[in-house]
Amino acid sequence: MKTKYKGLKRLYIALIFIFMYAPIALLIVQSFNSSKSRGHWGGFTLDWYRSLFTDASIGEAFTNTILLALLSSVISVILGTAAVIYMSKLKKSPRTILMGVTNVPMLNADIVTGVSFMLLFLTLRIQFGFVTILLAHITFNIPYVILNVMPRYRELNPHIYEAALDLGASPVYAFFKTVLPEIMPAILSGGLMAFTMSIDDFIITHFTAGAGVHTLSTKIYSEVKLGIKPEMYALSAMIFVTVLLLLILVNRVPAKADAHGKEAV
Amino acid sequence: MKNELIHLNHISKSYDGKIVLDDLDLTIHENEFVTLLGPSGCGKTTTLRILAGFETPDKGSVIFEGRDITSLPPNKRQLNTVFQNYALFTHMNVADNIAFGLNIKKKPKSYIEDKIAYALNLVGLTGYEKRSVTTLSGGQQQRVAIARAIVNEPRVLLLDEPLGALDLKLRQDMQYELIRMKNELSITFLYVTHDQQEALTMSDNIVVMNQGYIQQMGSPESIYNEPENAFVADFIGDSNLFPAIFEKDELITIDGAPFPCVDTGFGTKKPVDIVIRPEDVDLVEKGKGLVSGVVTDLIFKGVHYEMCVDVNGREWVAHSTEPCAVGNEVDIYVHPFNIQVMNKPASEDEEAVRTDE
Repeated sequence: MKTKYKGLKRLYIALIFIFMYAPIALLIVQSFNSSKSRGHWGGFTLDWYRSLFTDASIGEAFTNTILLALLSSVISVILGTAAVIYMSKLKKSPRTILMGVTNVPMLNADIVTGVSFMLLFLTLRIQFGFVTILLAHITFNIPYVILNVMPRYRELNPHIYEAALDLGASPVYAFFKTVLPEIMPAILSGGLMAFTMSIDDFIITHFTAGAGVHTLSTKIYSEVKLGIKPEMYALSAMIFVTVLLLLILVNRVPAKADAHGKEAV
Repeated sequence: MKNELIHLNHISKSYDGKIVLDDLDLTIHENEFVTLLGPSGCGKTTTLRILAGFETPDKGSVIFEGRDITSLPPNKRQLNTVFQNYALFTHMNVADNIAFGLNIKKKPKSYIEDKIAYALNLVGLTGYEKRSVTTLSGGQQQRVAIARAIVNEPRVLLLDEPLGALDLKLRQDMQYELIRMKNELSITFLYVTHDQQEALTMSDNIVVMNQGYIQQMGSPESIYNEPENAFVADFIGDSNLFPAIFEKDELITIDGAPFPCVDTGFGTKKPVDIVIRPEDVDLVEKGKGLVSGVVTDLIFKGVHYEMCVDVNGREWVAHSTEPCAVGNEVDIYVHPFNIQVMNKPASEDEEAVRTDE
């Protein structure tokens, strides 16, 4: 009876994983299929990957994506950490309100955020292009940084900063030498999450990008509209693997930080 | 006489309208071990933080060696603090923690290494240089915190309940260690605690504080033996604290029973408070004492027995190495020298504290 139950449980889990990962698995398989028709298997090939790397427009989209992810995560980490420090000095009720306000963009539908940005940039007559995408990415990344850094900062011993001052450190030196290293694990994981979100994003980028500026996700979308090229399978597969690796990394950083924190207690 | 080192000049401080320190005036001399003693919320930690520079007083000034340092930031003061929860830098090892202040002062490398070795030796942690502070026990972390402060050769070491988180045995060991370090370093210690035993053990001078006021200042002996008011008598040690009438010089009555005492100058027929320490209450045979009573309680306390004696409805506490069984009728005798007469409290605050107990 019990073993039968166990078999059912396993089957259930297996079904969930199949439904979740079958499309992606299919995509990855197709990216190695030498036949242009998706109906049948024409043998294993790396041609699509090869032509991907020689395509200049895709190379440019790749550079844009990485540059956007890097810049937006670094800037949002700086802004987000500064916000955390200010917010934790507030009393409880204004802090709760501010936290709520920063969380809304995270829960808001991307399409609404994207259209709002487009409207804003139109109203302000800002030329659409790399800068507008960057501004939008920074904005939606900040909440992720705050969400990561806030708990770590709040459990920080407030006397650490005072102890540094007491030992002769200037306020700036005390912050960079004592407070920052203590919250660094949270800043790193927040930054990695922001990086992932930026690579991942399509909708907001789509509405804030001007003509001619592409990231990988908007590039795939525009190619798909014209009729699918197998290179796009290869590209999608690579984005999936990259994001997966980043997510694993994000999850490992706080785990290490926690173990560190527990030792201290 | 010793040199005056610190003068807290009529300091007042309040948070959100609540007064924490009210016109506090305190002088600390060079090379003294001074303890601020009081219940939580009495303003002792605030006093320490004002001295360290983390808080600014609303009124008054902080004078250090004759110089006004009230608005000097903490990193410019010749004081170092040992925090209640140690506040060690957890991402650094023991040696880096200790070297923190010296690195800021840009001392040469060899000097820093010597200092670390000296400080670790002083706190009994030789060989711990490369250990991560998170792997140390509470007592060891405390020692690192002390080492980190003293390598900077401060004129004054401020200690904010540094032993509060340690267990009893370790706390007692550390008390002796601190006294030894103080003698070895010959610097001034300002110590904050709510533990009266700790204060009595370590201090040259004790400042008893309550509700932002200094209640009494003096040596541990004078604070214990001659409390100036009911709050001090009650806070320091166990005591029999009774209202009495000061009949005339050298005679009081407690509930009508006469007791000779040695105090003079309180007037005649004046209500006063008196304190008698339990170890000064002698239980004697019936007919040989000043008042009679019945033993109602007997507790073994280790070093001595504690007995409660009911005398006409008032409970006396007596400590003695000889037990006296519950139900026994006994007399109580108190040597005149052991009765401490105090004026009735002048302020309502002091009265309120007594009725709380």
